[in-house]
Amino acid sequence: MQGVIEARRAELERAETDLKLAAGRIDVTLPGRGEEHGGLHPVTKARLRIETLFRRAGFEVAAGPEIEDDFHNFEALNIPPDHPARALHDTFYFPDGRLLRTHTSPVQVRALLEHGAPIALIAPGRVYRCDSDMTHSPMFHQLEGLVVDETISFANMKAVLHGFLREFFERDLGMRLRPSYFPFTEPSAEVDMSCVFCDGKGCRTCKFSGWLEISGCGMVHPNVLQASGVDAERYTGYAFGMGIDRLAMLRYGVNDLRLFFENDLRFLRQFRTF
Amino acid sequence: MKVPYSWLTDWVEVPWAARELGSRLTMAGFELEALEAAAPPFSGVTVAEIVSVQRHPQADKLQVCRVSTGQGEALQIVCGASNARAGLKAALAVVGAKLPADLEIKAAKLRGVDSFGMLASAKELGLAESSTGILELPADAPVGRPLREYLGLDDSVLDLNVTPNRGDAMSIIGIAREVAALTNRKLSGPPTERVAHALPDTFPVHLDAPAACPKFVGSVIRGVNSRATTPMWMRERLRRAGMRSINPVVDVTNYVMLELGQPMHAYDMAKLRGEIRVRLAREGEPITLLDGRTIEARSDVLLITDREGPVGLAGIMGGSRTGVSAETTDVFLEVAYFAPEAIVGRSRRWGLVTDASQRFERGVDPTGQERALERATALLRGIAGGESGPVTRTHSEKHEPRRNPVTLRRTQLERLLGLSLEAERVTRTLEALQMRVAPIAQGWQVTPPAHRFDIAIEADLIEEVARLAGYEAIPEVDAVAPQRFRKLPEARPPEHVVLEALAMRGYQECVTLAFVDPALQQRLFPDRTGIALSNPIASDLSVMRVSLWPGLLRAALENQRRQQDSIRLFKHGARFVLDDTGTREIDTLSGVACGPRLPEQWGVPREMRAPADFYDVKGDIESLLVATGARDSFTFEAVSLPCLHPGRAARLLRQGHEVGWIGELHPALVRELDFTYVPVLFEMDIEPALTVERPAYREISRFPQVRRDLAVVVDESVTLSALAERVVLSASNLLRDLRIFDVYRGPGVEAGRKSVALGLIFQDISRTLTDDDVERLIASVVAELRVSFNARIRE
Repeated sequence: MQGVIEARRAELERAETDLKLAAGRIDVTLPGRGEEHGGLHPVTKARLRIETLFRRAGFEVAAGPEIEDDFHNFEALNIPPDHPARALHDTFYFPDGRLLRTHTSPVQVRALLEHGAPIALIAPGRVYRCDSDMTHSPMFHQLEGLVVDETISFANMKAVLHGFLREFFERDLGMRLRPSYFPFTEPSAEVDMSCVFCDGKGCRTCKFSGWLEISGCGMVHPNVLQASGVDAERYTGYAFGMGIDRLAMLRYGVNDLRLFFENDLRFLRQFRTF
Repeated sequence: MKVPYSWLTDWVEVPWAARELGSRLTMAGFELEALEAAAPPFSGVTVAEIVSVQRHPQADKLQVCRVSTGQGEALQIVCGASNARAGLKAALAVVGAKLPADLEIKAAKLRGVDSFGMLASAKELGLAESSTGILELPADAPVGRPLREYLGLDDSVLDLNVTPNRGDAMSIIGIAREVAALTNRKLSGPPTERVAHALPDTFPVHLDAPAACPKFVGSVIRGVNSRATTPMWMRERLRRAGMRSINPVVDVTNYVMLELGQPMHAYDMAKLRGEIRVRLAREGEPITLLDGRTIEARSDVLLITDREGPVGLAGIMGGSRTGVSAETTDVFLEVAYFAPEAIVGRSRRWGLVTDASQRFERGVDPTGQERALERATALLRGIAGGESGPVTRTHSEKHEPRRNPVTLRRTQLERLLGLSLEAERVTRTLEALQMRVAPIAQGWQVTPPAHRFDIAIEADLIEEVARLAGYEAIPEVDAVAPQRFRKLPEARPPEHVVLEALAMRGYQECVTLAFVDPALQQRLFPDRTGIALSNPIASDLSVMRVSLWPGLLRAALENQRRQQDSIRLFKHGARFVLDDTGTREIDTLSGVACGPRLPEQWGVPREMRAPADFYDVKGDIESLLVATGARDSFTFEAVSLPCLHPGRAARLLRQGHEVGWIGELHPALVRELDFTYVPVLFEMDIEPALTVERPAYREISRFPQVRRDLAVVVDESVTLSALAERVVLSASNLLRDLRIFDVYRGPGVEAGRKSVALGLIFQDISRTLTDDDVERLIASVVAELRVSFNARIRE
């Protein structure tokens, strides 16, 4: 008898629960409540990715002031006054002779003066040139790299640049270095990577050359090492510079640099990813 | 630099077609920027001779020409050009010819007269930007020959980027030297014609600044016909290299400069007075240049002068007083060597970057003047006649540059490149670049040729070796680095974590320029000084930001204009503050919220769709402050800032030090800037504000907690923080938590007062609290609030 009652009770309870469950049915396809999250700027995303890659490879991340003096931005980098290379820099000046850094290279000098060799660092940051058009912003983002030690060679530099490009783009990209000139490196090179849009076959982005210019680099000029208090006989090193904006453009398929500086929410929201 | 392929082949045998040559040069450091055709495609154009010309019976401006193409009968061509005349050799586009700009030549009737082709102008053939009349060909042009063949128009022009260290390569011969080195071929070049100098005339030259101008070579040429026509081949080469033909004298000096890299200048002898003196300018000394501008020189500027004053800005541009013209018959040719240090930078002061200044400031071969003068004299006399006097050389030997030998160590070559090369190959490479190479024990002793200004140290030689071996020959080798641990200060929050925390609260990171509109900045921060740029790109981008707010407000406005209604933006960057310690760049985190609290959605109360206000943004900041592990060290204090609502602004203090600001934009600014919603702004100095205190474990009580609620009526002027401070002080350390769950004004509360509902949570670590314990604690709190704030406890 007791067993029958228990069974009946259980049955009724189950029926009641079923009824409640049926009444409590909701539309699971309605959107969830709350606020939408924002996101990081694509240039920041690219920069953080770059920093992570280099940190893992043993580089430190360094920073320096944006208002610089002539010594750190030019003199110590083997660019004396009146050097023709200065004309290429389109420098913003202040009345007292200071300037807005035209590249992140002064961080090289500051880091070497402060820490000496050996050193392995990257310095991402804002840089400035008085130039503004379709493909130039008066403020843009650059990445400086510097490695100085007793046995650092051009071959090491090639390996680091190629490794970085491969991991940043997650593709085994072709890379070539061709001779160039920078006052602060010797030998100097421009770095081209095979075009990410056409795989080197030639397209509008690479002007049908199959190559994209991505970086300038070279072995640190002995004058720069000396100006930074490093024994140029004992140490050798390499340095490179890259445009973070350009890397972000190539990585995310952004075809107009100006989009990065217009802060259009419809653009920025496209990069709300982890 | 524009290098016509055909011109280059005068100087060196090129085993590659133009595009391949371009890639070889690119990989040797001379980047091919563009490869252009010497002429756009066209067909059906031949050299022809105008046999006769007659007036068109119906049109004054037209002529009816009979034109011979050397075969068959002469063709009848109606032509509108006034220079069409009998005997002239011209370019005839026959019926069926295809010209640039999609022009196809058909037989036509012009005002009733048949025309079987067209006499073409240089412009119609794509050989000039503009032209008057039809193209005139030399009298010896072979009739019937296709024009493309006759003018060698199936030629390419390589536009090469020559880096600033390679002044020696800014010439045909310079690029030819590179090609010769790359191909292991000999540099050939046209024979140096030794012309007889029949005239005895010379012109006196004095070098008063021998360090700046150690060498000056010149010669007199008399009886020149300046109205002679520069030959077609030379005009074509000048055109392909990007220069206009002007008159024979100027054309020849330009031609030799392009070919040999040696700029030169021609003076009209009739206007030159007494002697030439090369000296430094007096401060403010005026000179009128060839382009008509008058400038005032400074004392570091080198001048060419005669008895009457300056006749040229040395190495940059000649003066107008002694310039050559169509009337010139006697010229004095100047071929000088100016030290790069004496020229560099000067031309840019007046925006006078010339072909000459670019070459001199990078370095011109100090041994090449005589050769250039001989070449120019021969060319000029061949074109415009005349007789020349002897080549005179004025120089100061001790000031002439010398190339010093540079030691190249085998070990250093390998160490720097990570590549080992056979000694023989290194020697061969350097010798191919015209260096003198002597083997020594450690490697090589290398003396660069006079034209190489860029070889001064060992690394320069290493680059030359690597460049010609090809950078692709250098392997990729991983460096061996010790496994060193680096500092990881826990007090410094990782940047991406802070940025992502704000992003997760709805904010979108933006990038704004570091220079802002001084008017807006002044309006927002009248008491802060922004650092002004000397050369801004625009007046509204001329002052460094003292806060990230001007840029954020602009970005918010732009998005409002783009019909975005819920705007949350933030920015991480430096602001630039000028104070008595100098300029400081402060790492700053700022944001703006503008528009509805939540995006449009179902199922949330209407007030949650109200525009964001002070407390929404304060909540966002507090979420960051909590993550510092030291929430209690922060206080908000009402503040008055010119740009913020005077009753809705606070500064953020950390242990009493100002570390940030928050507030609603001042209503006057909301109106002026035309915001639809009131922007709420925050800004904090990252380093002091977000420094993290390492969490330290405190024991968790196993005993129950007790909650008592109090409704306290106080004056409006009593701030919550003042109230809380008293509560905490009077409640002893058994108070675990204090919550504010309501602030009420209205019936039951006197005007000018407010009722604050407090939740007090007590707990002891070692025992269960009794009712008595709690009553005592509450009594103590109530007593304190009565004394301090004249508080009434609502039942």
